[in-house]
Amino acid sequence: MKYAARRIASFLLTMVIVSFLAFMAFDVISGDPATALLGTEATPEAIAALRTEMGLDRPLGVRYGEWLLGFFTGDLGTSYVYHQSVSEIIAPKISVTLLLSFVSFLLILLISIPLGLSAAKRSGGALEAAGTAFNQFCMAVPPFFTGMLLSYLFGVILKWFMPGVFPDLSTDFPGAMRHIFFAAIAIAVPRIAMTVRMLKSTIQSEMRKSYVRTAISRGNDRSAVLRVHVLKNSLVPVITFLAQTMAEIVAGGIVVEQVFAIPGLGRMLVSSISNRDYPMVQAIVVILALWVVLSGTVADLVNQRIDPRLRLGGDR
Amino acid sequence: MKQKMNGFFAAGLTITALLLLLTVVGAFWTPYDPNAMSGSEKFLAPCLAHPFGTDNFGRDILSRVMKGAGTTFTVAALTVLMGSVLGTLIGALTGYFGGIVDDLLMRLGDVLTAFPSVLLALVIISLLGPGSKYNVVLALGLVFIPSFARVTRTAFASARDVNYIKSARLMGASSARILLIHILPNTLNVLLPAITIGFNNAVLAEASMSYLGIGVTPPDASLGYMLSEAQGMFARAPWYALCTGAVIVLFVFGVGLIGEGLQRRSGEVD
Amino acid sequence: MKKRLTALVLATLLCTSLAACGSKAETPAQSAPPAPTESANKAANAVTVGIAQDLDNSLDPHKAVAAGTKEVMFNVFEGLVKPTSSGDLIPAVAEKYTVSEDYLTYTFTLREGVQFHNGDAVTAEDVVYSLKRVAAPTEAGVVQVEALSIMADVVAVDEKTVALTLTEPSNEFISYLTVAILPADYTGQDTAPIGTGPFKFVSRSAQESIVMEKFEGYWGEGAHLDQVTFRIIENAEGLLMGLQSGAIDLCSHLTSTQVSQLSESEFNIEQGYMNLVQAMYLNNAVKPFDDVRVRQALCHAIDRQMILDLAFDGYGALIGSSMYPAFGKYFDEELTSYYTYDTAKAKDLLTQAGYPNGFDMTITVPSNYQPHMDTAQVIVEQLKAVGVNATIQPIEWESWVSDVYAGREFQATVVGVDASTMTARALLERFTSTYSKNFINYNSANYDELFAKAQACYDDAEQTALYKAMERDLTENAANVYIQDLADLVAVRKGLTGLAFYPIYVLDLSTVRYEA
Repeated sequence: MKYAARRIASFLLTMVIVSFLAFMAFDVISGDPATALLGTEATPEAIAALRTEMGLDRPLGVRYGEWLLGFFTGDLGTSYVYHQSVSEIIAPKISVTLLLSFVSFLLILLISIPLGLSAAKRSGGALEAAGTAFNQFCMAVPPFFTGMLLSYLFGVILKWFMPGVFPDLSTDFPGAMRHIFFAAIAIAVPRIAMTVRMLKSTIQSEMRKSYVRTAISRGNDRSAVLRVHVLKNSLVPVITFLAQTMAEIVAGGIVVEQVFAIPGLGRMLVSSISNRDYPMVQAIVVILALWVVLSGTVADLVNQRIDPRLRLGGDR
Repeated sequence: MKQKMNGFFAAGLTITALLLLLTVVGAFWTPYDPNAMSGSEKFLAPCLAHPFGTDNFGRDILSRVMKGAGTTFTVAALTVLMGSVLGTLIGALTGYFGGIVDDLLMRLGDVLTAFPSVLLALVIISLLGPGSKYNVVLALGLVFIPSFARVTRTAFASARDVNYIKSARLMGASSARILLIHILPNTLNVLLPAITIGFNNAVLAEASMSYLGIGVTPPDASLGYMLSEAQGMFARAPWYALCTGAVIVLFVFGVGLIGEGLQRRSGEVD
Repeated sequence: MKKRLTALVLATLLCTSLAACGSKAETPAQSAPPAPTESANKAANAVTVGIAQDLDNSLDPHKAVAAGTKEVMFNVFEGLVKPTSSGDLIPAVAEKYTVSEDYLTYTFTLREGVQFHNGDAVTAEDVVYSLKRVAAPTEAGVVQVEALSIMADVVAVDEKTVALTLTEPSNEFISYLTVAILPADYTGQDTAPIGTGPFKFVSRSAQESIVMEKFEGYWGEGAHLDQVTFRIIENAEGLLMGLQSGAIDLCSHLTSTQVSQLSESEFNIEQGYMNLVQAMYLNNAVKPFDDVRVRQALCHAIDRQMILDLAFDGYGALIGSSMYPAFGKYFDEELTSYYTYDTAKAKDLLTQAGYPNGFDMTITVPSNYQPHMDTAQVIVEQLKAVGVNATIQPIEWESWVSDVYAGREFQATVVGVDASTMTARALLERFTSTYSKNFINYNSANYDELFAKAQACYDDAEQTALYKAMERDLTENAANVYIQDLADLVAVRKGLTGLAFYPIYVLDLSTVRYEA
């Protein structure tokens, strides 16, 4: 229990630091939100007035404190650009990004687990070598390039979905899913390759350990040993890896959302940064960071249940 | 058995060496001036005179790829250098000494990893001015430090309790000496594969940044920049995207195979 | 044929890669392709328009500053007068107006039956409110229309009559009365704007779309289409694919490269102009550009026709000063050929100025504007011939506004400058030495004097001559390296017709319709 408490405390601490750093980042980026909003013909007085209205003339610490207070009361502020509450704008984007990440993750699991397990059984041989080489190849293609090839082939030529126009989730769910499906492939391809590779090497190194050899040499059924001991002991690194994948999918989605014109958090983040829409950037950064840190923390807590030895060292 | 393991290494080395050769030659000589424009030679499909065709300004794509590969290679290599040197340093300090330093630096790593890399890159690039390859290196290098630190930290931590290190300590060897001479060489078998993976991630990350418009920009055209530019003309000049894309893929593929070979060799040592 | 071949290669590549990765690229359950929106749109008498950037400002027209926002919202709002595609002003919310002998009083009679989108009739009070709101803004975010600051008072004479008095006469005053007329007691303009235009605003979704529908109560001929959806697609490939896949019916501001990738059987390409003065703007206050000979040398060293050929497939109209051809009477054709491409002459001038071996310079370019980036790349190549070693420094648009435009920290920059209203003043006043946004630090006593005269002048021919003299001053002093007015290439799906181009940056959809 003490371990869990410590993990959660450090999780909170990380989040506070992340949100503060994000807040600070805006002060150093060149380009001022008031200037950006008022455009090329604004007078200095108008800019100053708007800065005051936005509260940008107050010290950093005060603004951050206010933001933190708002955050805990569920108020993420108002977008400079859209004049709507940030949470209102972000809510639908979150569901799109979650959906995209979920489909990608599902693809990764469904494809890489069976492939990884069967690859682990095989050692040596031309097939294995070809598989490994192919795996490396899948990791070598930039996702945005895969994304473009996919949209060109399935969108422009075969017209299975419409690149550029993301159907509304509530009115055309199948259409939106179709769109998401192709984007998810672009995200998943390199990740599948990495997961297969990871599974294979984890299982194989476990198999080489002496207790497995002993068990098998004592006449235990090979596949039973594999199921009972090897898989159980491989679980910890695999869960850690999958949690990391989960976190990276969301980050990788930033680029793929751009390619497929999917209105998710990533695309919102990129455009909000260039618009200097800080309340928006701040909220999205914190949400993304929350996702990353949360998946790490959950994986640690789960792992610690599976393998209580981790409790002693606290070593991750 | 041994033969096959080196097969990956050899194949990877061959591909990488060929591309490196192209890059090194490109630094001194290219078939055409990579920036020379020609109105009459716009969008030529690959032919003998222009094996990769020409782009929207009539520039020879092969020449540009040769130059661009240099930029990409420099960015990736420097990024990995920065990430691995600082990462190893942090990994060594935290792994070997542990305690509060460990906690503090690892927490900092968590924070860094939690940030969307786009934002981090953008902040750094806004601070230093956009476009230059060195700014991209700084941005990416910073992002890469934690992963190197994690990898080496484990290696250093486990080496701490090994008997001969303990005896070295008893004999009064300084910490710096122990870290550098006794432990560092032993971490190479985890560090080298991490470097190859880091290199590939750097190439791909730079390409993604270019795609988002915050990567290397002209005049330092990198392969990533060219690829993202080529995507906009895909229907008109598919060879542009395909040739540039193929070079990036081969680059990453080759280094990936080297990494695979390295890992297998170290796997056997275990 | 080529396209099919590419498709085949791609298909093979992808299928093998997916299959080998273990996934059988299962298509979603219903494998029937979705009904193309083109036909659905036609049946609904609707179009989908692709736009490259979100309307990133409040939708309140008095707060809007981005050209892209004004361009779209032109369909929703009108002023007392409105511009036509031929460059004239016609009465809109007003039916007619009279000007007093001393040019100091304007009396407007509002049009009978003109109403807001919420059904309320437009009253004189609304007009007074709207004009006062922008003449001397008290609300944060409202952009002042400086030309209206000479307004002494504006009063509602009766329900349908508005009288405006000025402190000093101005011959261009009327062209600023395109300011949108808004309902006086309405506070929701930011998010749910209400105007009097041919389309009414229905909804917006940040980053996704803006929907408008035909306003049935419009006073004039009104829109032909029942619904228009503006789709925001920020990356160029996405936009292009949206057109190719049938998701988008109409898209303007395309590049010649993009246009050449569209099928001729699906799209008509219409060509207008962007109404921008694209130039390499030079900071006249910093070395070496404080020397007129250096600036002239650059003008001779740059082959503008070559820029068009290389970067724009020959599209675009060359210019020679801060005026573009669409302005008709103010445009002086002669200035376009004032500087010929002549590297020998350029070298001569550089030698005279003390730079026989050229110099290094930095061209700052907003990186997300591909046409300007492309132009800059060609310029860099061309300048090599005279020993000038130019480097491109890409910069984000927001930073460009604060550092280059407001901060004036730059050597040279390639951008396009537009006119906010249809007056020569909108293009020329910015280079008077005391103007707050004279970002190139142009300083010519002659120019300032000409501008003052033009402002005091009431004879149209005489004023036009003065403006032309100002243009000549800019050209002779090589204030900037003037390049072109960019072509505005619009892809319009076959079956749609009626698109009209304006001499200002707007996209009028009220005239667009499906062919019977």
